Amino acid sequence: MDFTFSEEQLFFQQTIADFLKDNVTPEHIRQRWESEDGFDQATWQAMAELGATATLVPEENGGLGLRFDDVIKMIQSCGHAALPEPIVEHSFIAAQMLADIQQQAPSDQVAALLEQVASGETKVLTAAMINPYLNFADKADKLLVQFGDDVHLIDTADVTFESVVSVDRSRRLVSAQSRPNGKTCLTNGRLGSDLWQATLNRGALANAAQLLGLAEALVEQAVRYACDREQFGKPIGTNQAVKHLLADCAVKIEFAKPVVYRAAYTVSVAPTRADWAVSHAKVSATQAAQLAARHCIQVFGAMGYTWECDVHIWAKRVWALANEWGDSGFHKNRIHEWLVQPKALLGPEFTFGRRNIRDAELID
Amino acid sequence: MELIYTPQQQDFRMEVRDWLREHVPAEKLPSFDTEEGFAAHREWEKTLASGNWGMVTWPKEYGGRGCGLIEWLIFEEEYYRAGAPLRVNQNGIFLLGPTLMEYGTPAQKERFISAMAAGDEMWAQGWSEPGAGSDMAAIRCRADRDGDDYIINGQKIWSTRAVFADWVFGLFRSDPASSRHHGLSFILVPLNAPGVTVRPIPQLNGLPGFAEIFFDDVRVSADNLLGGEGEGWNIAMSTAGFERGLMLRSPARFQQASKRLVELYREKRNDILDLSIEDAVVQCYMDAEAYALSTYQTASRLENGAKIGPESSCNKIFWSELDIKIHETAMSLLGPHAEIEHSNAPDQAMISAWLDGFLFAQSGPIYAGTNEIQRNIIAERLLGLPRR
Repeated sequence: MDFTFSEEQLFFQQTIADFLKDNVTPEHIRQRWESEDGFDQATWQAMAELGATATLVPEENGGLGLRFDDVIKMIQSCGHAALPEPIVEHSFIAAQMLADIQQQAPSDQVAALLEQVASGETKVLTAAMINPYLNFADKADKLLVQFGDDVHLIDTADVTFESVVSVDRSRRLVSAQSRPNGKTCLTNGRLGSDLWQATLNRGALANAAQLLGLAEALVEQAVRYACDREQFGKPIGTNQAVKHLLADCAVKIEFAKPVVYRAAYTVSVAPTRADWAVSHAKVSATQAAQLAARHCIQVFGAMGYTWECDVHIWAKRVWALANEWGDSGFHKNRIHEWLVQPKALLGPEFTFGRRNIRDAELID
Repeated sequence: MELIYTPQQQDFRMEVRDWLREHVPAEKLPSFDTEEGFAAHREWEKTLASGNWGMVTWPKEYGGRGCGLIEWLIFEEEYYRAGAPLRVNQNGIFLLGPTLMEYGTPAQKERFISAMAAGDEMWAQGWSEPGAGSDMAAIRCRADRDGDDYIINGQKIWSTRAVFADWVFGLFRSDPASSRHHGLSFILVPLNAPGVTVRPIPQLNGLPGFAEIFFDDVRVSADNLLGGEGEGWNIAMSTAGFERGLMLRSPARFQQASKRLVELYREKRNDILDLSIEDAVVQCYMDAEAYALSTYQTASRLENGAKIGPESSCNKIFWSELDIKIHETAMSLLGPHAEIEHSNAPDQAMISAWLDGFLFAQSGPIYAGTNEIQRNIIAERLLGLPRR
């Protein structure tokens, strides 16, 4: 039993966090809002050079062969920076799906694609049925598209996109129409449905980790503001009413962290038996982030309600990610489904079991 | 990160489970806030001590097993799973014991820890005073040095377990010229000393779970001073204090309660009209597990040599609000039966247990530093907001 991160894991996260802190600032994000495609190729390239895109790709395919619990804090950092580029969707969701496909049924096609994904030169995103809109999908080269249990690999040139505008200007959403055929199908049947289940879990968990980072960033900004802003001759942060708003956020964040990290471990060792852990993580992180968004806007007062104040860069991302890869209702229902099964093993001695919600079994 | 138990830890769990199966009383003991119940719980402490199960994390020379924190969590999980009696000496074993080990002289450790571990001496705590509740540094109860003794005068209040306990530990003002957190000393006082008057205070359930203690020229040996004279505040607030906080309310307690809540919900769910209950049950089970995960994470960090940080001040708020939510939800599920303390109904024992837990849950956000004080601590020490 070891619930700590290794030195290497923390070092890798710090490298990414330092880069994002210096290079993805509110000014840069606002520049993207004004640009045509909202995408900064230089940031993408730099993240690829730091190794982010290669993390989950197997070593034999030019990657680093890491696990999801190795990168979970990195994903948290992407949330903390409110990074607009779909690094998370590409590197931690699509890349892992391709790696899984390659492991099940090795092919030259997927092997070659994995190398390009690792280097970042080919952008691959997933189009899972749970998400009606896809972030930056039209800027990708290829999509992994869900049709029932099938996994299809389709060139974006063959896809019809329709743009929609998100409240979060950093997100460039499209709906996608594509035609699958026998040649585009990579896998199907039970293998396909397991892949989509694992992918949904990783997507939901990646959002949970980003929400955690977003929540932390929001609280940090509100604390800075509450220390600086004076009313009645003293900083507003000296008032208990303000302190308690932010303390409540801190409590939610502190207790969402280990839930997210546990889910990262479970997803690493048994992605199709991680439904419980992932849903718990998504719900907890969403609650923490939504409270942080709400309370931090309140602390900023009238400024918090303006376009000029940077808080909405983070708050709007929270509101968006909260409902992507399954909203809280979807995830609470997965937990509820387990709890009402008479065979479900409940109690403290089962905290670290892997719960297979579909079969109501618990495997240690 | 490796979130599985080692084979040794699994063996340990089975050893605990087997021993508890053999020894836990078949009938629930009467409340330890009655004379009869206190005596029965004292006997249970002796039974635990006879198997060296009193405090598994303590060194072997004090009747423990030298276990790590993960084993302690496993022990607690099995303890609550077995429905074993509550720990009547929790003030001693969870609060005073670790402090004695850090600050006690060899003679004090010898004198007090062994008797505590053996279940021979039960402890009450003496922090609050009528004028010093949340503002504990306003303590006025005096301990005046007189040769090799201290003469204690004043009053303590809200002293948990003081009605039937043998000893009280607490903070006393040893420097009459001092103020606030200076000049306080950590002193151990026998409750049978001449000049001590204990006045029971009935709690919400009508039982005297705490008391007022009046000290009228009570003479105690200076050997009962823990740490240096005037260093009481730091001892009470030390790092050990944080670690005691980690052990005070183990997650298994809330996980077991949320498990019972799910079972109650399964039984009643076809009759539920309140739309919020389904959500509350899911939330309670998740939160109890989140508290467990957080505790395992902290335990794991400490085992890896880290020090506990200010984030631990979030614990108290989380578990006390969770405890209230679990019991409020159960009360909603029980509907018009929830208020019944005694009846001949076949499921009355179950109802009474929920009601009792509901009443006790009301105290959680108040004791050990109110949740409002905890929020101030979080805001100032964890987040860095200005004090004033």
